[in-house]
Formats: sequence, C-alpha cells, structure tokens
Amino acid sequence: MLVEDIMNRNLVTIKPYETIRLAMLLTAQHRIRHLPVVDDTDKLVGIVSDRDLRDAGPSRFDNESDSEQNEDIFNRKIQDLMNKNVITAHPLDFVEEAAYALYENKIGCLPVVDGDNLKGIITDTDILYTLVELMGVHTPSSHVEIQVDDLPGMLADISAVFKKANYNVNSVLTFPGKHQGKKNLMFRVQAVDTRRLVQSLQESGFDVIWPKEPEK
Amino acid sequence: MRPACYFVHSEAYKQYKFNDEHPFNQKRLDLTLDLMQKYELIKPNQFVEPRYATTEELELIHDPNYIEAVKKCGESEKLPIIAASYGLGTEDTPAFPGMHEATSLIVGGTLRAAELVMSGECDHAVNLAGGLHHGFRGRASGFCVYNDCSVVIAYLRKHYDAKVLYIDTDAHHGDGVQWAFYDDPHVLTVSFHETGKYLFPGTGKIFERGDGQGFGYSINVPFEPFTEDESWLDVYEQVLSEAARGFKPDVIVTQNGCDSHFLDPLTHLSCSMEIYRQIPKLAHRLAHELCDGRLIATGGGGYDIWRVVPRAWTLLWAELSDQGFSDNPAIPSEWIDRWQADSPVQLPPFMFEAEDVLPDIPRRPEITSKNKLYIEKALLHAPK
Ligand SMILES: [Zn+2]
Ligand SMILES: [Zn+2]
Repeated sequence: MLVEDIMNRNLVTIKPYETIRLAMLLTAQHRIRHLPVVDDTDKLVGIVSDRDLRDAGPSRFDNESDSEQNEDIFNRKIQDLMNKNVITAHPLDFVEEAAYALYENKIGCLPVVDGDNLKGIITDTDILYTLVELMGVHTPSSHVEIQVDDLPGMLADISAVFKKANYNVNSVLTFPGKHQGKKNLMFRVQAVDTRRLVQSLQESGFDVIWPKEPEK
Repeated sequence: MRPACYFVHSEAYKQYKFNDEHPFNQKRLDLTLDLMQKYELIKPNQFVEPRYATTEELELIHDPNYIEAVKKCGESEKLPIIAASYGLGTEDTPAFPGMHEATSLIVGGTLRAAELVMSGECDHAVNLAGGLHHGFRGRASGFCVYNDCSVVIAYLRKHYDAKVLYIDTDAHHGDGVQWAFYDDPHVLTVSFHETGKYLFPGTGKIFERGDGQGFGYSINVPFEPFTEDESWLDVYEQVLSEAARGFKPDVIVTQNGCDSHFLDPLTHLSCSMEIYRQIPKLAHRLAHELCDGRLIATGGGGYDIWRVVPRAWTLLWAELSDQGFSDNPAIPSEWIDRWQADSPVQLPPFMFEAEDVLPDIPRRPEITSKNKLYIEKALLHAPK
C-alpha cells in the first residue's frame, strides 16, 4: 500500500507571512493538529503544529491587563515560528516507510511532497486507521492462526492446503512467533466451519494455534 | 382455554438441507420435538403450520436480484455463474434444489408466529426452524439464505408500527439483523456472542452501537473464548434487563442459537445447559413486564444435534409454555431408546450436566473480569 492511497488530499495550509491568530483559527476550525506552510508558488517551506501555536500563544492564565501584549503575540508572523526542517514523504513511498519515519522522528505527521509541490498530508491517525482496516473484518470470516518455522516457502505450502480444501481467504498477516525461529501466520477465512481446513492443515504437519481446545 | 404458547412446525422444514455432511442439520428438529413429546410438554392444539413468505415480504429486507438468484440456484442442476457474487455455492452455504421454497417456508413460519402473537391469539409463538441471523440483504452467509429474523422485524415495523427488541444469544454475532436495522431507533438489537476476534463472522464489537438516528440501538457483548455460565449469565442479565427496560419494546423477537455450549464443535465458549434454562426465563419475564407477553422465539445455530440442541430447545419451549424445570429431570428412557442407535455419541442421562463433567476453564478470573467490564461499556449509549 502506498502513501498516496491513504494520504489526505484536502489540504489546509497557511502562508509564511500570515499570523499566529489565523493559524490558531484554522487548526481549531478544521480540527487539525498540523498546518503545512507554503509560499506563493505552493512550495512547502515549513510546518507548524497546534502545540507550537499553544506554546507561542499567551497563557490562558494571563489577566486581561496584558491584552495589548497578547495582541502582539497573535499578530506575529508564522515564519518566525514555523519549523523549517520538514520531514516529508513521497506519494509513492510505502505506508510502512511513512510509519517508520513518524516513529523514528517522534512526529505526528508527514507532508507528502512530489518535487516541490505539496500533494497531501499523512498523520499517525491515518496510519493507525489503515492498520485497523488491514487487521479488521470487512466480510464475515473466521480466525485461523498457524505457527510455522521461519523459513522460505511456508506461506506457499499453507496456501496449497487452503486451495485444496477450497477455503477462501480474506486477509493474511504474519508476525514473529513467541518462540525463536518461529513465525505466526494469521488468516481470516470466509467460513463458519473451519474444522475440515484445520484437519487438513494438521494432516499436512502444520501447528494450528487457533482454533484450539481449552488447555487442561 | 386457548394455549398461551404456539409451536410453528412442519415436516417440510427438513427440506432446508445443504448436504449430508453439512453441520446445519434439521434432524435436530425431530430430536427436539420428540424430546418435548416424551416429556409431555406439548399438546396437539399447540401445533401451527407455517405458511410461505411471499416475495413482497422477502423484499422487505432482501434485494430482488438476490431473491432471483436464489430461485435460479435452486432450480438449475448447474450452479449459475452469478451464484458466487451472492454468497451462494460456497462451502458454508452451498446451493440446493428448492432452496428458495425451503427458506421461504422458514421465513413464513416466523411470520406466522408474529401474526399469532400480534393478533392476540397467543402470548408467545416458537419457530425453531427460524433464527437465520447471518442472511444479508443481498448475500447468503453462514448457513443462512434468507434472514427470517430481519424479515419478521421489518414486517412488525410495517404492519404494526411496533418497537421491536431483538435478543440474539447465538454464539455467533447476529450480524445480518444488526446491519439491517443499524440506523433504526425503533429496533433495538442486542447480541451476546463469542468475540469475533477469532470466531465467525468477526463483527459484534462493543463499539458497534448503531448509526445516525439509530445510534445506541445496537448493543453488542463479545464474550472471551471459554466464558462459562456464571460470567455469561451475569452479563446477560444485567445488560438485557437494563437495555430492555430503557427501550420499552412493543414486542420481543429472540434468536435462540444454542452453540455456546461447551460441546458445540464450532465455537469455544464453555457454557452448560444451565444458560438455556436462564436465557428464555429472563426474556419471558421481560415480555410480560414490558409488552403484554408478546414474544416471538426462533431457533438458530446449534451443531451438537444429539446432546445439546434437543435439550436446549426443550428448555426454551418449557419456559415459554409455563412448564419450566426447577429440578434436574432424567431424560426419558423412551427418547434415549429411540435415538441412541443413530447417535455417534452417548446421549445424556439428565437435562442438566453434573458439575464434574464441565470443562476446566483456563484463566477463568481474567475472563470473568474482562467480561464484567463489558457490562458498563455495552450499556454506555443504550436507551435509558
Ligand atoms: Zn451460531
Ligand atoms: Zn408467558
């Protein structure tokens, strides 16, 4: 899956010469946490987060006698505040690369840039949602989980069993097993009754982790 | 005196049959009815014949193109190419000759039950062939072709403008019914099932609460695998009582799948026969308390057809016909004599299990405390 498949294309941006007041208004109005900053040719030049804006803005405990000073803060330009070293993604990056970039840099969003042009934005929430969708259930199905040796070709061998038993697979996930040198394969299978499949898998020598009987 | 409870039944129900190896086996209806009769729980004047649901009635829920496809699949020798896109001809729900007629009769049976209850001819009516809760608008799923529960609820909405409480205690999530009324605030669906993390169909998460106007009118309780009686019943009683009293229904429809029993081969809950005494007891009490007794009961899943289904559905009938068991009666020896030779397993000697045959539950305290958390969460946005 590519970044361009899940990125948000409805961009809310701000210009470097606009004010903190406008930025605060925009983030509140659109309920967003990040504003990409673009110049008049739509080139990405920076980014501000709602946290940067809160930190820059006056404390809500300030009393009103300071309002003149507050006005001053609100009127300051975005270019004084914005972060100019923007970490970006490309529309053709894999989603997992984007996820890794967010995680490594401890940031919440990546503007998606092609050449100089801002094409979209991808946030940690978008990636979490994609993960939920990937692991979730779209059509009625059952969970079947198998522990295999971490060797090439295991998925192909298992797929052959699925094919022979005539079971349709909705989704597959693989992740490291609890034991060294093992991997778990998780399938969502389009069937209420998975007994024949489980039996075929066991007859072919596979270690089926689910469905299982209660451990005595 | 008129009976308080009717039993909708036909020999022709057995035509709803996929194939000889399929786990959905209507022989369970014979076994159940015979057990009820050997206990002398049913009188001749309590039997009612089902009718066929009309195409217009099926169309209250189902897509006309889907109904056409079902008709075609049941008529032709070879499976039409369109079958696959309607979920027909799969391992779970294979096509079979006359499938349209066979399913229409089951739907008609549940409609017949509704007519009897709504006209005041009786308080409760039972159609054990019904409970096909996985059927979708345009798609067969999970052994279900047409969805009699959805059709009857739509029928009750249309002809009686009734507020309907749907209670689903099958081990599988009642997805077909939930999605059919997901945005309707006049239909409260409450489903108690094994979590979809592992089990078919995968939905029925606690945060599926309905949509738009219907937000709060879908309630889901997903039980952890290996949940046993005490925890199951504790959650069932609290969630259902509060939700039903908040909603104030005009009529109750129940789906009484009995595949949460520890002997069921397709699921992973660890309940005993006791829950099948308690489930209809509360539904029955709520029906008299909230809606003049109006209750339509359907069957559903249940794949240990020898040991579990006959006992569970006999308990359902006994409760609704005011003959509920308070003791633990022996299974009539005439029933065992008649069926033991056919059965691949030893038939049970008593209605309820002895404590020592119940399975050991792994991680029981954790499962119980996790289920308990769901009481509050499930009721968070329920009608008050
Ligand atoms: Zn079921
Ligand atoms: Zn009653």
